[in-house]
Amino acid sequence: MELGDIYTEVVTEYSRSQKHRHPLEHPDVKVRGVNPSCGDDISLELKVKDGNIENAAILGSGCAISQASASIMADLIEGKSTAEAKHLAELFLGMIRKTVTDEKELEELEDAVALKNISNMPARVKCAVLSWHTLEEALDKLKDAEESH
Amino acid sequence: MNKYLHDFPLLCEKDEKGRRLAYLDNAATTQKPQSVLDAVMEYYQKSNANPHRGIYDLSMKATNVMESSRERIRSFIGAEKTDEIIFTKSATESLNLVAQSYGMSVLHPGDRIVLAVSEHHSNLVPWQIVAKAREAELVYLYTDKLARIIPEEIEEKINERTKIVAVAQASNVTGVINPVERIIERAHQVGAVVVVDGTQSVPHMAVNVSSMNADFFAFSAHKMLGPMGFGVLYGKEELLREMPPFLYGGDMIEYVEEQASTYAPLPEKFEGGTQNVGGAVGLSAAMDYLDKAGMENVRAGEKELTSYLMDQLHSVPHLRILGPDDPQERIGVVSFVMEDAHPHDIATILNADGIAVRSGHHCAQPFLCRLGVTATCRASLYLYNTEEDIDRLAKSLKNVRRWLNVGVR
Repeated sequence: MELGDIYTEVVTEYSRSQKHRHPLEHPDVKVRGVNPSCGDDISLELKVKDGNIENAAILGSGCAISQASASIMADLIEGKSTAEAKHLAELFLGMIRKTVTDEKELEELEDAVALKNISNMPARVKCAVLSWHTLEEALDKLKDAEESH
Repeated sequence: MNKYLHDFPLLCEKDEKGRRLAYLDNAATTQKPQSVLDAVMEYYQKSNANPHRGIYDLSMKATNVMESSRERIRSFIGAEKTDEIIFTKSATESLNLVAQSYGMSVLHPGDRIVLAVSEHHSNLVPWQIVAKAREAELVYLYTDKLARIIPEEIEEKINERTKIVAVAQASNVTGVINPVERIIERAHQVGAVVVVDGTQSVPHMAVNVSSMNADFFAFSAHKMLGPMGFGVLYGKEELLREMPPFLYGGDMIEYVEEQASTYAPLPEKFEGGTQNVGGAVGLSAAMDYLDKAGMENVRAGEKELTSYLMDQLHSVPHLRILGPDDPQERIGVVSFVMEDAHPHDIATILNADGIAVRSGHHCAQPFLCRLGVTATCRASLYLYNTEEDIDRLAKSLKNVRRWLNVGVR
């Protein structure tokens, strides 16, 4: 595994992106995601209207991999339905677990494909998947809230 | 060439690029010399049986090996009596034993437990549990800007209500050597007992628990060239004798009736279950190795290498070391942070250059919080490390920000 395959320009640029690093006013859901062993600690906030994700914010701190993954994810899910977001999360996790390898299928992940090589670095997998697991949790929470209405 | 290096097979291995591993994670665990590996193998080849049980010769042999290891360990840390050496599986278990057995018995509501804020979770969480159960108060000794315990804290916080003080002799995060003698003196003035976590100190300096006057002292084998899965608890005999057992079961009983039991004398009272005799043998062999090197020499060599490490780290732009520079005040455990580079990314980049360091919170979250960081990188030395290891570390660190594409524009 070469470092250049991981710390690509796409990854380092996204890792410092400030685009989604602003708290939302009255988010519909807010979920914290933590990697206890390394100190990655993020908060995902979503503003959802009629089943569509209007805004996504990622706050907190972590390594370049976790932060890049989170900003790419926020970019990707804005403007998508919650069902589409759920599908993307499954696809991303599948890519990292190597259960989805078809490049055509992965095209939907757009820039998130830049993190594909993390699947060869077991020590860093949890950094890449943190925001996506947090997203899954947020979507579940939204669904629960909907059902209890 | 470092004179110890050739004794460590793992460290002599070359990777596919022809490099030796620059192993700088000795505060997490150390590599093992051939003599330790041989001693453990010889035990299993020639003396293995369940000690204290069988009448047959081999069981007697295993018992003898176990008890002579206990004696070896006693002499290494300067305990007065062999009965004061309790075998455990780790320093963590040793500390839990003291918390559950001693702490639970002596604490009453309103009593105080004093800890250094720099404690490893293993000398912190067990006390949280006990404090909660006994409604005792948990109070911390805070540190100054260089992560050293503030001297006034000792007099102020360790007061008449204090029953237990728990402190590491050396920090696993910053390498700072804590003033344990002073803390022990103060604690004894107010009638408190002191639990010293020696996990980071025993491997790196000459330690004598009797002259230190520690009441309890815990450490583990694998951080001092011995095998994993073996730890030690030293306790003063008069304290251990009064304490209830921690693990109940075989080998720790005297008589068992249907409704009640009596317990074996020290040290077996605290050693329920078959013990890790291979681990004890390995630790004895590690102590032989360290004694042959001489603990004074180990400390002197590490001081010199630590100075070199500090100088090299200071030469890396945007890097900040946590804790004091003076090797007199610290062991060779050095935490650092780098501007705009997360410790995990640093560790990944160093790994690509064949350098092993630890990154994260080092099981000391309250301390990192106090230091104002969420994670650090930690390089930690042992007797087999070389200036070359450190040169490679510094060189690789200078490339980190370029890899992460920061500060290049």
